[in-house]
Amino acid sequence: MDITELTVHELQEKLKNKELTITEINKAYIDRINEKEKDIQAFITLTTDEALEKSKNIEEKVNKGEIKGELAGIPIGIKDNMCINGVKTTCASKMLENFIAPYNATVIEKINDENMISLGKTNMDEFAMGSSTETSYFKKTKNPWDLSKVPGGSSGGSAAAVAANMVPWALGSDTGGSIRQPAGCCGIVGLKPTYGLVSRYGLIAYASSLDQIGTFTKDVEDTAILLNVIAGHDDRDTTSAKKEKKDYTKALKNDVKGLKIAVPKEFFGDGINKEVKESIEKAIEKYKELGAIVEEVSLDIANYALATYYIIACAEASSNLGRFDGIRYGYRSPKFNNLRDIYINSRSEGFGDEVKRRIILGTYVLSSGYYDAYYKKAQQVRTLVKSRFDEVFENHDIILTPTAPTTAFKIGEKSDNPLEMYLSDICTVSLNIAGLPGLSIPCGVDSEGMPVGMQLIGKRFDEETILNAGYTYEQATKFRETYKPTFKK
Amino acid sequence: MSIEEYETVIGLEVHAELSTKTKIFCKCPTKFGAEPNTQVCPICMAMPGTLPVLNEKVVEYAVKAGITTNCEIERNSKNDRKNYFYPDLPKAYQISQYDRPLCKNGNIEITVDGEKKKIGITRIHIEEDAGKLNHDDFGGGSLVDLNRAGVPLIEIVSEPDMRSSKEVDAYLKKLKAILEYIEVSDCKMQEGSFRADVNVSVRKKGQKEFGTRTEMKNMNSFRSIVRAIEYERQRQIEVIENGGKIEQETLRWDDVSGRTFSMRDKEDAQDYRYFPDPDLVAIKLSEEYIENIKNNLPELPESRKQRYLEDYKLTVKEADGLTASKYLSNLFEEATKISNNPKAVCNWIMSDISRILNERELEPSDIKFSGKDLAELIDLIEKGTISSAIAKKVLDKMFDEAKKPEDIIKENGWIQISDEGAIKEVVIKILEANPQSVADYKAGKEKALGFLVGQAMKETKGQANPQMLNQMFKEELK
Repeated sequence: MDITELTVHELQEKLKNKELTITEINKAYIDRINEKEKDIQAFITLTTDEALEKSKNIEEKVNKGEIKGELAGIPIGIKDNMCINGVKTTCASKMLENFIAPYNATVIEKINDENMISLGKTNMDEFAMGSSTETSYFKKTKNPWDLSKVPGGSSGGSAAAVAANMVPWALGSDTGGSIRQPAGCCGIVGLKPTYGLVSRYGLIAYASSLDQIGTFTKDVEDTAILLNVIAGHDDRDTTSAKKEKKDYTKALKNDVKGLKIAVPKEFFGDGINKEVKESIEKAIEKYKELGAIVEEVSLDIANYALATYYIIACAEASSNLGRFDGIRYGYRSPKFNNLRDIYINSRSEGFGDEVKRRIILGTYVLSSGYYDAYYKKAQQVRTLVKSRFDEVFENHDIILTPTAPTTAFKIGEKSDNPLEMYLSDICTVSLNIAGLPGLSIPCGVDSEGMPVGMQLIGKRFDEETILNAGYTYEQATKFRETYKPTFKK
Repeated sequence: MSIEEYETVIGLEVHAELSTKTKIFCKCPTKFGAEPNTQVCPICMAMPGTLPVLNEKVVEYAVKAGITTNCEIERNSKNDRKNYFYPDLPKAYQISQYDRPLCKNGNIEITVDGEKKKIGITRIHIEEDAGKLNHDDFGGGSLVDLNRAGVPLIEIVSEPDMRSSKEVDAYLKKLKAILEYIEVSDCKMQEGSFRADVNVSVRKKGQKEFGTRTEMKNMNSFRSIVRAIEYERQRQIEVIENGGKIEQETLRWDDVSGRTFSMRDKEDAQDYRYFPDPDLVAIKLSEEYIENIKNNLPELPESRKQRYLEDYKLTVKEADGLTASKYLSNLFEEATKISNNPKAVCNWIMSDISRILNERELEPSDIKFSGKDLAELIDLIEKGTISSAIAKKVLDKMFDEAKKPEDIIKENGWIQISDEGAIKEVVIKILEANPQSVADYKAGKEKALGFLVGQAMKETKGQANPQMLNQMFKEELK
């Protein structure tokens, strides 16, 4: 038995039946990391030594009956924009190369409360800005299905680590598609929950009104289990919703009979790759077979979502990233004679091109004389996007689209063309704009054997319906049993 | 043209630190004067990933200030970010309020030279204070202290309704008194918890348009504000009279030289790029919430003043003086609960206590003794235990240490000498030592008696009973 092939619910089963121990599981994953990291480059910081120590400790406590939790000792990977007390948290930036977080993010506290074990901090686009994990200051993560290709982004490290069985699951963050698009690229399941379902406290902000922490898992059941852990109101994040705690695993009914699925035609236009379209169309047929009712709808407002997204996200980023000024922490340029120099040189040298590009864009759209034409207009469009989605949801339970217009592309293919790179998020951004939950699940492979992702969009705080829809499809198609990453060089 | 043909126009932006126990967006204490960077946490230090949570007390305090200055209260308000770089501003933006302040369109009534006037309040909004830079003694560098970062402030913006430094003085005193009474700010000017940006312009009388204004920032003494306005008004008139133009600029008032200086910094044309803070939700206030605050406001200075006039028969000047400070007024109320001599209590507060506060540059809130202590002190004089000369010394000590007046008197051996034998002894000694004065008195110079009593008081270090001394001298000199 290859332990690292197992899902978390399978690991739990084996732990319960004493077929496996906590240390065996952790050792297996650490061995796997040691074997694959040189090819995949998924991690910025590994904490495997501490993890092994911790797993022994937890195992002892579990054996003595001091700890009960059903997830005790289960390893996890954490995107490197979530603060873990005492651990380097870099956002994949030179700016925070040596920044050691002095506190735990709320999601980290929740994971610690379950006695789960972080194996390390995963690679990402710098400050979560990008769709390929290539803007990382430290390394380029490779796609386990083809090492010459990107894993998607910005949470590419988390996605690749799960796809390559280096961790059983991982946390990521999604501002415009940064969980769903890499999940699609790497053939795994990625969930961006409703804005406000998971606390953002301790997540280093890119765009506060769009950022949301979510999950990377091997299957939908694990998604529900991990969402149970991280969801919930947090007094430290006033934008987190006050909702009753749910058990999402109960939503997995393996039944979509009568489920009303809307398919918006705008998500199948010219920019969408033909093979991607074919895979999605097959999946739609499958849903019909399973008893769902599929209907084509129009969501023309989605055409404006990408522009709206880049205005709002960059505006917020330009302000959120102001605190990286070389004064209290982070990179400070050695070249300065005065305060102005400290600011200009530290920020010029500490940030990469994509981050600087977005700060400049954001500063521009907020500046006096341009605010109304850009930022204010974008907020108005945002309201329209929300209400158009709400209208579709009046008559439908979920909306189905591709996760991305293409499968994973070659490393370097788009890094010199930011506009083309931005189009990678065309199918995902409107959910962040509208605050809706989105689940990406694999639904096939293209002629090169690269996985295709399908996006299921739900109503606000109705994660259950998309989880059940994803689960039912997964049970009927068994993607994981048919296709596996090949680590092709 | 002469200076009389000009009119001065003044508007103020007052920043008052709110006296909440904790900061506006985190749970750090707001206490003044702690060691640098000891009242900080990841949130107010702007560690990456931290988020602000609005302290509801701040909203309550600002609404209280709005209601008591006759403002409209915004039911649907929000926080905005004001973006700029400075080392005392750790997030590189200040969370403030831009286009929907909590309170707007209010006014305060002032009285100057017996005339009443309403000064408009444009708006009151909430915001966070910045940290502090320490520039000295660090080998040319500067150190950042973030204890003050995140201390809640309200900014009270007035209309340009004031026409003289007297009106400004009256407005500021009234505003300070209101904030003290409703207990939203301790208004300690020396600690910077009540400070003003002063905008001054001049125009010819009868002219409709405002002149170009200059701004003096962060002024924290009434005296300096009055002086600065007088100076700036004269300077502006001189510039205009000499054919010059006033430049809109920020000035620094220097109290030592009594002049303003230009803080010319051409890069000052700041674009703060205000936008709604996406980390905070809208501030929605219900009618019940506002009503509830209205119904629970403490008594305001105006109503206290009326009470003092009617119940204690104080003069308008006395009543105004006492009620100008909540602390002095409270001291008066506490003391009169025990003492049946409100006039005496008022006199002590208005003369000796106010004098000592001035001499020591203290705020009324710094007074350590209670109204009860003051009442006891007055009682001791009335009973003849001490003379009023000694009482002044006792009062001085009461400012130093929290001790009962009786204990201070005992410790210092200041109990009044009312023993006839002892007094006679002193009187004879003084008479013997001053034959000239004795002769003068006998020759009809009444003043000589005063001198002799004074000598006797000196001899007894002020402890002799003055009435007895007087009488005894008169008898001996018969």
